[in-house]
Amino acid sequence: MIEILFFAQVRELIGVSSLQLPAEFSSVEALRQALCARGERWALALESGKLLVAVNQTLVDTAYPVKAGDEVAFFPPVTGG
Amino acid sequence: MDLTKIVVDAAPFSVGDEYQWLAQSDADGAVVTFTGKVRNHNLGDSVSALTLEHYPGMTEKALAEIVVDARTRWPLQRVSVYHRIGAMYPGDEIVFVGVTSAHRGMAFDATEFIMDYLKTRAPFWKREATQEGDRWVDARDSDKDAAKRW
Repeated sequence: MIEILFFAQVRELIGVSSLQLPAEFSSVEALRQALCARGERWALALESGKLLVAVNQTLVDTAYPVKAGDEVAFFPPVTGG
Repeated sequence: MDLTKIVVDAAPFSVGDEYQWLAQSDADGAVVTFTGKVRNHNLGDSVSALTLEHYPGMTEKALAEIVVDARTRWPLQRVSVYHRIGAMYPGDEIVFVGVTSAHRGMAFDATEFIMDYLKTRAPFWKREATQEGDRWVDARDSDKDAAKRW
């Protein structure tokens, strides 16, 4: 399984903060596309333009591979400080 | 003795306490500190409150990585990063970065570097309350550009 987390606007738009899926996606991009297929709000929230992705709490690009046990997080550009 | 201190907490910090922790070594001639405060305005609207969301676990990890990166660029001694989360109000202190080193140049540079990287890489998100309602704060291109110069 993989643990998927959503934060800020992304979480708010889809109304889900986390979910688990079988580890059957070759990359972050394959996972993103599968999530986008869940509906309009998902597609809007996970639009690739400015979306950031972290695997196991490190920022990665969308070609990054995903394997069983990984924690994958999708979130908008950060605004701390 | 750990020379790096990273705290992510809802509780306020004391700049005085942070300075005391930083300024302990007589070998360090420079202590540079930066304090970020909650502004009472943004994009032309007055802001009455701010809520900071973060990604527990990754936040601390991202800040630690930024400090490690800074230490590869400059010979630093003590480094302290404190970022608050949760509800805050105009005038509240939200972020603190302090750096010590033998001379001031590298301490100034490292403090700016840490803030620039924090702004673009540490998973915090601001939501502000205005008279028009609540809204997420958009990332600024100027912050992205500031991080690119290092």
